[in-house]
Amino acid sequence: MNTHILSPTAPLPAHDSVEAVAEVTLPLAGHAAHAVPKAGASAGPPGKLALKAQELVKSAVPQLLGLALLVLAWAGISMATGGSIPTPGATGEQAIALFSDPFYRNGPNDQGVGWNVLASLERVAIGFGLAALVGIPAGFLIGRFRFLSRMFNPIISLLKPVSPLAWLPIGLLVFKGANPAAIWTIFICSIWPMVINTAIGVQRVPQDYMNVARVLNLSEWKIATRILLPSVLPYMLTGVRLAVGTAWLVIVAAEMLTGGVGIGFWVWDEWNNLNVMNIIIAIGVIGIVGLALELLLVQVAKAFTYEEVKS
Amino acid sequence: MSDRFIELQGISQSFKTAKGLFLALENIDLRIAKGDFVALIGHSGCGKSTLLNLIAGLTTPSSGVLLCANREIQGPSPERAVVFQNHSLLPWLSCYENVHLAVERVFSQKESKAQLKERSDAALALVGLGHARDKRPGEISGGMKQRVGIARALSMEPRVLLMDEPFGALDALTRAKLQDELLEIVARTRSTVVMVTHDVDEAVLLSDKIVMMTNGPAARIGEVLSVDIARPRRRVELASDPEYLRCRQAVMDFLYTRQSHVEKAA
Repeated sequence: MNTHILSPTAPLPAHDSVEAVAEVTLPLAGHAAHAVPKAGASAGPPGKLALKAQELVKSAVPQLLGLALLVLAWAGISMATGGSIPTPGATGEQAIALFSDPFYRNGPNDQGVGWNVLASLERVAIGFGLAALVGIPAGFLIGRFRFLSRMFNPIISLLKPVSPLAWLPIGLLVFKGANPAAIWTIFICSIWPMVINTAIGVQRVPQDYMNVARVLNLSEWKIATRILLPSVLPYMLTGVRLAVGTAWLVIVAAEMLTGGVGIGFWVWDEWNNLNVMNIIIAIGVIGIVGLALELLLVQVAKAFTYEEVKS
Repeated sequence: MSDRFIELQGISQSFKTAKGLFLALENIDLRIAKGDFVALIGHSGCGKSTLLNLIAGLTTPSSGVLLCANREIQGPSPERAVVFQNHSLLPWLSCYENVHLAVERVFSQKESKAQLKERSDAALALVGLGHARDKRPGEISGGMKQRVGIARALSMEPRVLLMDEPFGALDALTRAKLQDELLEIVARTRSTVVMVTHDVDEAVLLSDKIVMMTNGPAARIGEVLSVDIARPRRRVELASDPEYLRCRQAVMDFLYTRQSHVEKAA
């Protein structure tokens, strides 16, 4: 929905806050202003480009204003705290310096921000992947068979509200290592939304489709591949989206506890170094990666959602 | 034998509800001859769809016996194809794939891939949808979807075609067009058809027999009317046909005088 916010945020221009905003705003506004007369001058469809430009301005202006407000508030807080929270400008300069060399390695505890993000993403991918491997089939079974749903629903209800971090010590104990324990935590937090949503999806397969299957006397395999899977897919993808969102939330906290390489550890390390600028940059990075994951999965979900049954 | 192709003997159907047992159908006896077009008509909630689902085998009766070609109806089967009220096409499959799913199931044992493909295409052509073969249900109109549903049912070469208010959701013009098409198709395929409807004109236009049901709960067959109008029937000519008017009058009389919708039971 707001991908154009993304590009200006990441590398904040290295100036004073107000100027920075002006710099971000101007090129866009200027572009729009150029586009209008150009489109009008071309002989082809006269209004189309101009309309598009107008649309762009309409959606971009409030977004940029919101961003400006955030930076202003930040600058205000920075002034009010007497500089213990660094200014947007200084943080921006630091960010440029950081992002100019994201993949360096100076020993295990001093690696570039790129490596840290990738390490976190890798843990999320493994933990989440394992959870999908277990959770989606489990959801199918729980959704399909009443007996199983009665058997497992109380357990799921009991364990779901537990913070996944509470499972971290168990992971450390069983797997005897920080990295597998962090992955284990991700596994635990991602599995619930996938089990629950898949099960709900299976339970909500429209009776009409099942009647079609019965009248056509379809084989179990055809029922699974042609009816169950496609109609459950949107629910499953919602589960996946929720799971990835939670996993990305949890990994930061888990890494703060386990250490090693990772964006969560990096935040904690920078806190120990009292490098507040890097912490703020990390917050931005975590947000952007989370947003990117979310947008990606929304796109995937859109591609697999079909119109409803009713005519 | 042929005048009792489908036979219902003492069928009752009750459902468990929160308020206890609900008796939907009581003691239904009905015979349907091979090649007959039978309409089930009655007010909403009289159990006509329940009756159709029983013939389809989608539900089993609480008591009584259902026979089709002298065999007890044990469950759903492709030989009794159903055209569902809301078409029930699978939205992730194209029109062709929707039909082909049925064709494959019925004929893949005996026929080659090319023959199967031919059957699916022929079924779509039969309902005049050859051009929409690769479209998804979401991309075509309601009338077209219903036609794909009919094509899917016909493609299985069923002994009986069961239709549950197939044109109920369509506008009047589309409905008339599909009724005419159905008349033609049925004349060509000589199918036995049982159709649920609440439209008097539709019932008289299409059927050989009209089964009129009393209001539920505990609905019964009130009357069976034979429609003796020669085929092919043409909608425009029928408008002044005395037999047509007589039948129409009889059904109207049954529905609106003797079984006027009252008794807030449901």
